[in-house]
Amino acid sequence: MNVLNSIKLATVAVAIAVGASFPASADEQYFPLQSYRVGPYAAGGTGFFGGFIDYLNLINIRDGGVNGVKLTWSECETQYEVERGVECYERQKTGKNVAAFNPLSLGIQIALLERSRTDKIPIITIDHGQTATSDGRVFPYLFPLLMNPPSETSAIITYIGQREGGAEKLKGKKIVVLYHGSPYGKETIPIFELLSKKYGFELQQIEVPHPGNDQQAQWLTIRRAKPDYVVLRGWGVMNPVAIKSAQKVGFPVDHLIGNVWSNSEEDVIPAGEAAKGYISLITQPSGTEFPVVQQVVDKVYGAGKGNLEDKKRIGSVYHNLGIVNGILNVEAIRIAQDKFGHRALSSEEVQWGFEHLRLDEKRIAELGAVGLLQSINVTCADHEGEGSVKFQQWDGKKWSVISDWVKPDRVLLRPIIEAAAEKYAIENDIKPRVCTE
Amino acid sequence: MFDYQFFIEVLVGGLLSGVMYSLVAIGFVLIYKTSGVLNFAQGAMLLFAALTFVSLVERGVPFAAALLLTLVVMVLLGIAIERTVLRPLVNQPPITLFMATLGLSYVIEGAAQLLWGTQVHGLDLGINDTPFTVAGVFISQFDLFAAAIAGAMVALFALFFRYTRTGLAFRAVADDQFAALAVGLRLPRVWAAVWTASGIVALVAGLLWGARLGVQFSLSLVVLKALPVLVLGGFDSVAGAIVGGLLIGAIEKIAEVYVGPFFGGGIEAWAAYVVALGFLLVRPSGLFGQKLIERV
Amino acid sequence: MSALVEQAQLVKTSWLTPSRAGIALLFVAAYGIVPFTASGYLLDAILTPFLALALAAVGLNVLTGYAGQVSLGSAAFMAVGAYAAYNFNLRIPELPLLFSLVLAGVVAAAVGLVFGLPSLRLRGFYLAVSTLAAQFFVQWALTKFAWFSNDNPSGVIDAPPLSIAGALLTGAPGRYVFCLTIVVVATFLTVRLLGSQSGRNFIAVRDHEVAAKVIGVPVLRTKLLAFGVSSFLVGIAGVLWAFAYLRTVEPDGFNLDRSFQILFIIIIGGLASIRGSFLGAAFIVVFPLLLSRVGEALLGNVFDSGVLEMSQRIVIGGLIIVFLIAEPKGLVALVDRLEEQVSRHAGRLKRRFI
Repeated sequence: MNVLNSIKLATVAVAIAVGASFPASADEQYFPLQSYRVGPYAAGGTGFFGGFIDYLNLINIRDGGVNGVKLTWSECETQYEVERGVECYERQKTGKNVAAFNPLSLGIQIALLERSRTDKIPIITIDHGQTATSDGRVFPYLFPLLMNPPSETSAIITYIGQREGGAEKLKGKKIVVLYHGSPYGKETIPIFELLSKKYGFELQQIEVPHPGNDQQAQWLTIRRAKPDYVVLRGWGVMNPVAIKSAQKVGFPVDHLIGNVWSNSEEDVIPAGEAAKGYISLITQPSGTEFPVVQQVVDKVYGAGKGNLEDKKRIGSVYHNLGIVNGILNVEAIRIAQDKFGHRALSSEEVQWGFEHLRLDEKRIAELGAVGLLQSINVTCADHEGEGSVKFQQWDGKKWSVISDWVKPDRVLLRPIIEAAAEKYAIENDIKPRVCTE
Repeated sequence: MFDYQFFIEVLVGGLLSGVMYSLVAIGFVLIYKTSGVLNFAQGAMLLFAALTFVSLVERGVPFAAALLLTLVVMVLLGIAIERTVLRPLVNQPPITLFMATLGLSYVIEGAAQLLWGTQVHGLDLGINDTPFTVAGVFISQFDLFAAAIAGAMVALFALFFRYTRTGLAFRAVADDQFAALAVGLRLPRVWAAVWTASGIVALVAGLLWGARLGVQFSLSLVVLKALPVLVLGGFDSVAGAIVGGLLIGAIEKIAEVYVGPFFGGGIEAWAAYVVALGFLLVRPSGLFGQKLIERV
Repeated sequence: MSALVEQAQLVKTSWLTPSRAGIALLFVAAYGIVPFTASGYLLDAILTPFLALALAAVGLNVLTGYAGQVSLGSAAFMAVGAYAAYNFNLRIPELPLLFSLVLAGVVAAAVGLVFGLPSLRLRGFYLAVSTLAAQFFVQWALTKFAWFSNDNPSGVIDAPPLSIAGALLTGAPGRYVFCLTIVVVATFLTVRLLGSQSGRNFIAVRDHEVAAKVIGVPVLRTKLLAFGVSSFLVGIAGVLWAFAYLRTVEPDGFNLDRSFQILFIIIIGGLASIRGSFLGAAFIVVFPLLLSRVGEALLGNVFDSGVLEMSQRIVIGGLIIVFLIAEPKGLVALVDRLEEQVSRHAGRLKRRFI
């Protein structure tokens, strides 16, 4: 290979790359997407970002944008790697009229913690994100919408209580938590302990080292412990292996309760028959029967603009999560537009919209999302928004919802969040905002 | 009181896990033995094999035909790797070769996902995974099946290496490359055969692991389970890979169950390496590794 | 033979060589021009990670390139450095940041020494794989014991404000200058070390251990020294990665992929070459970005982004292989050849005009 020729080629390549530009023009609102379509978590990434893009497309096709402001976006591949996510952020934030970032990655959210404050750009982490970021006084630009880890934990315990016939029945029961050996997995350890004290159930928490493709030891320990329930706080390949290993040691799968990152089709399909009867938590049920999903099918896929390659995945857990994420983002913009005017907004103005994101059941019905999401009520202090969750069961082919909306015990948990946030504030010399609401 | 029954259960479970580790480790050993390459792409090959097989089955190809087709694909892949990657890199230092296989794993992973998509697949080999009990000890049917397959594969390889011309050539090369060259053995042909063999191992391991984990990207991570096995058993010994796998499997589980609680659990990730290391400090070339100039 | 060439290079005495002039020019540009003109994107997303990775690569190169000991655990030492610096800074607030940084390097070196002990008995891939123990153990310990992250529930640490000798460095240019200064000083000291007797011992041990022993090189001490120095540098690179680049990190940011990435850098850049470490780091940071943007610009309308990304993965993997085949001595050999060509042309021109 001729070296000089390849250098010439590279120069041409640089010239092209530098010429690349961003799509947004004057009256367009731009969504920078840090998507991941390759790598170990590609299945989740394609579903979520597929749903998000499908909903943005629906708004453009059906309504001609939000109050006439077109929505645009561009994708930057992160492969779920933090430094790629940071590079994407630094590159994309210079785009015009940036609305908000939606990384769908705890690692990338963590790296953007300080950047978002200096750049004044909202970071939306639906169903995930660090616990402390729910406290809007310290983290004005972070929004772990719908559900944070403490709420999730509380909802799972509440649900187990309901199944046993009341919270008081939890007393004397034994619950094992099987968690992923990562910061994400360990984040809820003190919360489970707190709940165990409050409700009087016996608790054992067992760690599965990353990636979790062999859980013989953990499940033998579980078999010996003979718990009434096992809570699965899994991630990626750890989930199907946990389900299979449960079967292997004879543990009934319908007493295995998965958390929000153990609840997708991708988590159960690999486990095959063993997953029949497995239960998991969800903020947005799967299925295509919701009017808004129907409209996505008609208007977006009908026009050949659908994002999912495999049409069978429409209405899957990740796809619907993407759609719900789309709803929340678009409604935040709509709310902000009502205050600042029907035009493309700055990211600071969009932040105001997220901070006043209030969707009651009436509005959700108008959006065609009844059953897909109950309500949300974000405030200056509470960036989570009091979301509710449901529980679903896998029948070997699809998920079916088996519970009503379950509300987490937020009063009990709020002090944990505030303590974590205040500690961060002290460590980093931040003066928390005063929220007068 | 010490619960012996439980201990036996952990031990058996660990040994059966160990079989699965050996399965991956053997693929490494075959290649290392003949060409001195630590083939990190073994994981990617495993993924590629399983993904190809599953995708064929899902597209309506009958089980046996899919198996055969995948086998052909893996053989072609092995030969292609030998031609395009290893042959031009002959005589490079081992670290360069190792890096090349890392690059190779990028290519294979990318190609596998490009061809068959990033979807997660279930793989059902038709073996029930419900356990049965022997004297109160739970034993997984699937794990026994996997052990049987692994045993059969090793036996077939043993026969092949003992009684066929290529097999003999393989052993000659593994013994002494220069002598093999001197008596007129054609190294590239042997290498192609070895890469083919490791492709077959990748297929078998990919199917068995795929049935446990589902066929998805993370399948390529099982190589990490095989590395301590290699350290313990020696990079160049098939027997070492088998015994090492069993040992690592058993030690890992016993450590996690009995020692893990003192540290809050999760020690499996490094316990295997520490054990292998401790062993190596006593015997620097592993259980069955060749004692060459490795000693300081 | 190569050892001789390197030694010859190291002891070269003429003072102002063309390459030294080039380095001086680079300095002027890096300090005098870049911080004032480069965009925030260039500084924050490209130059800062480039500098941190380059220093890590210099560190690994000391161990692998010069002393011949392969390590797959570099990311673990980066993590040790980052978390140690965080804790020094947090728990002894009166300590200047620079001291925390050096102490963090010392801690990383100590941990490196422990994990370097197997090198006294093991060689080659046995050693390489055993360094994985460091990789997995450190990551486990940092997540397991909340003390390391000051009881942060997610094991996350935040960077303190950066300063050198009392001068506060803020914003993207400040972080860049901080990184640059540390990297320059560390690299300079490393070059000095490699030029000394210890550096020659490294090479002797790498090229022929028994022969080295015969001529009186303390083999065991040399190996441990290599592990210590290497881990020190890698640890400091970890501090830069955590404090100047990401600013908020979790232990998972220092996983096996990062170790491989650093190994890639020194192989692609060139083993046993400081310049190679920098070239390799530049290549690893810039090339994938370039590829993805070119792909987007040329084919973005034809294929969806998933297909593009997967093709890029194939292209990157393929190029690594092609590169290893075409230029096994690394980028630095390529650049050397180019320089030679240029100077030959220049010489011809000179002759024609004089």
